[in-house]
Amino acid sequence: MSGGAYETVIGLEVHAQLATATKMFCGCATGFGAPPNTQTCPVCQGMPGSLPVINRRAIEFGIKTSLALGCAVNVRNRFARKHYYYPDMPKNYQISQYEEPLAEHGLLAIASGDGTRDIRVQRLHLEEDVGKLVHEGTLETAAASQVDFNRAGVPLMEIVSHPDLRSPEEAAAYLRALRAILIYLRVCDGNMEEGSMRCDANVSLRARGVAELGTKIEIKNLNSFRNVQHALEYEVVRQARALDAGERLVQETRLWDPDRARTVSMRSKEFAHDYRYFPEPDLPPLHVEQGWIDEISRGLPELPAARRARFAQAYGLSAYDAELLTQGRGLADYFEEATRAHGTPKIVANWILNELLRELPGDDDAAVAASPVPPGHLVGLLALIDDGSISGRIAKDVFEKMYRSGEAADTIVRREGLTQVADAGALAAVVDEVLAANPKVVADLLAGKKAAHGFLVGQVMKSTGGRANPAIVNALLGEKLPKL
Amino acid sequence: MLTELSLSELGERFRRREVTPTEAALAYLDRIDAVDGEVRAFLMVTREQALAQAAASDARFHAGQPRGPLDGVPIALKDLFCTRGIRTTSGSKILERFIPPYDATVVARLGEAGAVVLGKLNMDEFAMGSSTEHSGFFTTRNPWDVDRVPGGSSGGASAAVAAGMAAASLGTDTGGSIRQPAAFCGTVGFKPTYGRVSRYGVIAFASSLDQVGPFGRTVEDVALMLQVIAGADPMDSTAVATPVPDYRAELGRGVDGLRIGIPSEYFIDGMSPEVESAVRAAIATLERLGARTEPVSLPHTEYGLAAYYVIAPAEASSNLARYDGVKYGLRAPGGKDLIEMYAKTRAAGFGDEVKRRIMLGTYALSAGYYDAYYGRALKVRTLVRRDFQEAFERVNLIAAPTTPGVAFKLGEKADPLSMYLNDVLTIPVNLAGLPGISVPAGFTGGGLPIGLQLIGRAFDEATVLRAAHAYERATDWHTRRPKLGPTPGPNLGKIRP
Repeated sequence: MSGGAYETVIGLEVHAQLATATKMFCGCATGFGAPPNTQTCPVCQGMPGSLPVINRRAIEFGIKTSLALGCAVNVRNRFARKHYYYPDMPKNYQISQYEEPLAEHGLLAIASGDGTRDIRVQRLHLEEDVGKLVHEGTLETAAASQVDFNRAGVPLMEIVSHPDLRSPEEAAAYLRALRAILIYLRVCDGNMEEGSMRCDANVSLRARGVAELGTKIEIKNLNSFRNVQHALEYEVVRQARALDAGERLVQETRLWDPDRARTVSMRSKEFAHDYRYFPEPDLPPLHVEQGWIDEISRGLPELPAARRARFAQAYGLSAYDAELLTQGRGLADYFEEATRAHGTPKIVANWILNELLRELPGDDDAAVAASPVPPGHLVGLLALIDDGSISGRIAKDVFEKMYRSGEAADTIVRREGLTQVADAGALAAVVDEVLAANPKVVADLLAGKKAAHGFLVGQVMKSTGGRANPAIVNALLGEKLPKL
Repeated sequence: MLTELSLSELGERFRRREVTPTEAALAYLDRIDAVDGEVRAFLMVTREQALAQAAASDARFHAGQPRGPLDGVPIALKDLFCTRGIRTTSGSKILERFIPPYDATVVARLGEAGAVVLGKLNMDEFAMGSSTEHSGFFTTRNPWDVDRVPGGSSGGASAAVAAGMAAASLGTDTGGSIRQPAAFCGTVGFKPTYGRVSRYGVIAFASSLDQVGPFGRTVEDVALMLQVIAGADPMDSTAVATPVPDYRAELGRGVDGLRIGIPSEYFIDGMSPEVESAVRAAIATLERLGARTEPVSLPHTEYGLAAYYVIAPAEASSNLARYDGVKYGLRAPGGKDLIEMYAKTRAAGFGDEVKRRIMLGTYALSAGYYDAYYGRALKVRTLVRRDFQEAFERVNLIAAPTTPGVAFKLGEKADPLSMYLNDVLTIPVNLAGLPGISVPAGFTGGGLPIGLQLIGRAFDEATVLRAAHAYERATDWHTRRPKLGPTPGPNLGKIRP
């Protein structure tokens, strides 16, 4: 069978680190990058006699996300212990949720082909993160391995999809859509490099038209959209080749090696962990009051999909621009604030997408909030273009200067004398000089070579330091040329 | 002798300025030196800290500002309560060198009440056992007969109070670990309702069953101790906010009009006739004092033991997973990789009984066995709880023997099952999470103490204490003291704090 004869079936498990100030079961801080073991206490170090206490904020964030994904929140849910031994896990069990998760049965709309497709979300539950091993040298040669428990106990939200995704592209689209929602809700910073979002993928192939699922392979260590897509693409090809060769795939866990761009076997099902889940006896079942859920529901912000649709409709933006502008809540807010003040959405959108995003280190809320060019400054710049004070070209230079200095547009324009030369009398002299200096070009133009016109305009711009009003230059040329 | 006074009497003398807390602490430290070589209740004596706490208490009394009935009173702690800066072993080699950087909530509360801590008491390793023979360090002896066990797992805590080495002590009870050693040593031992006392900083055995409680020589002493340790704790989600009444104020109300149920299932075949007759006599005394007794049935009692020996080991196998040599405590040398380091550490650090229960519990939680064992045990637990609920619709209290027999000889119960059977009358109370007390109710012809168990409704500790107090006032069993003489080699084999 050829590759096209198989259908790809993918399900994703996403772990999102919640942006709470403190850990899931203790009061330790969650900030990234602190010196090792400085954000720890007896509880998150799993010391004897320590007990967990649930972080109410983490539950609130979980409920918020559940509602945004259309999940049913289980008013009674419960934590459970998941057991396995590893030195980064202080208690050698992780407090997670198993049979009674926080929420179930949601939907996430993803971009697919020209439209959208609903992917079913199976469940959403909360758990605690593990610590981090620090090896002196490589794992094989290390004289010592050390453990940093700063991350241990940081709240994680696990969101599990049904195996509804049908291609690596859809998997990437699912992650993008999910990330945008998490960022909109301000429950997760969405930073994959720092591990705030991690992903495991289950992928199998089945012959087209066959109902039952093929042998499931789990891929771990997917920490960027690119990795997810590449690993899945690799795995789809690997499995198709194996099936073509008549091999029987075994259920196993594979690790994505981004350096060698391949997946490698980690453990097969026979060696799979028996996690020995049982209800966490140190935490009574959690009863979530309906009133609290309603309150959270009322406070939900407009979500990316709704905002995208509104941007396209209300502002007349292309679907593509609307999507880019709604990736982050901060960016979308920036756009709307600037548009309200300026009035022409398309122009504002172009400036944000072409100029602002080129300079900003990212499109996330933090980057947008820290922008040296606030919406008001951008609007000020556009106003100078609109009233003819500066040309579009000059405006781009001014924008760069605004970005570097944090100054308003008119401050820079006034100081540097960048106001457009719109005085026809002054420009006429320049045009005359240019015509006199380029007789050959003028002859070409008169002979019908239209491109020569642009050259002459360029020369006028050059002599005026780019400040000549292009409309007036054009008019002068049109007036003088026939007289030559 | 100062060390023979009850906690409340000693407190009275402090308030009358007849004795200072330092004098009391020194008297107790002398008593420990004199008799603990024989009894071996203490794993560690924290002499310096005790004298510093006593001096601080002296100053408060001198300034006329004592903190309450426990101020200056010398007590001791089962060695599974975490004590900041002082080693806490849980009776295990694997924690021999563990020094917690925090106090258990109950330790902090006792400290705030001004209590003076004399030291840490021996116990069965991780509270698994009924004799202290499973201590990782040494066996504690019964002060009434040093060839016999003091009971367990809080054997050191009961023996220390019985032998006058502490005015009161703190233990834990998972399946009878307070009430059984109280019965064996002739002390008052009280396990409160699950959720009444914080477990934060108490080294866990089985989280859904463990409960902290006091030992004393009188019911009043136990009430005073409970008053200080009871109540909600933001660090323990299972410690509930049910209001804590003034226990001492309720003590004098007597038993007139109380309905007391007598469960036929608690007078089992093979129980000691001396125990049975002493307990029946105690019930008659309660009737004479005005209580009305009636038979009640707790039909699922016989399944309690089996359910317990699934649930408790299952939770223990999980709770004890953290002792792996990575972070604190023992790390056995010579492991060539991580798995071997784990294996060698746990093989060297845990005793046989702990290993047995970890294996039982691991098995019970394994995929494919969970429903048949753990799931089923939880159902039995529900039935046991329901038995009590139904009985308590008709009665205020249940009276029964604490144990089927009296203190047995060292080494007598080498077979684990015969040891487990010792707790058959205390375990159902833990499964149901109810308060239960053991009070001295007589002696055998051979001079060994017998315990009466009184079980109450959830969070109704006051009624349990009140009935126990009425019984105590009508009898003199609690006034008897074991005869112990100075012995050579004090503090033999103790570990440094």
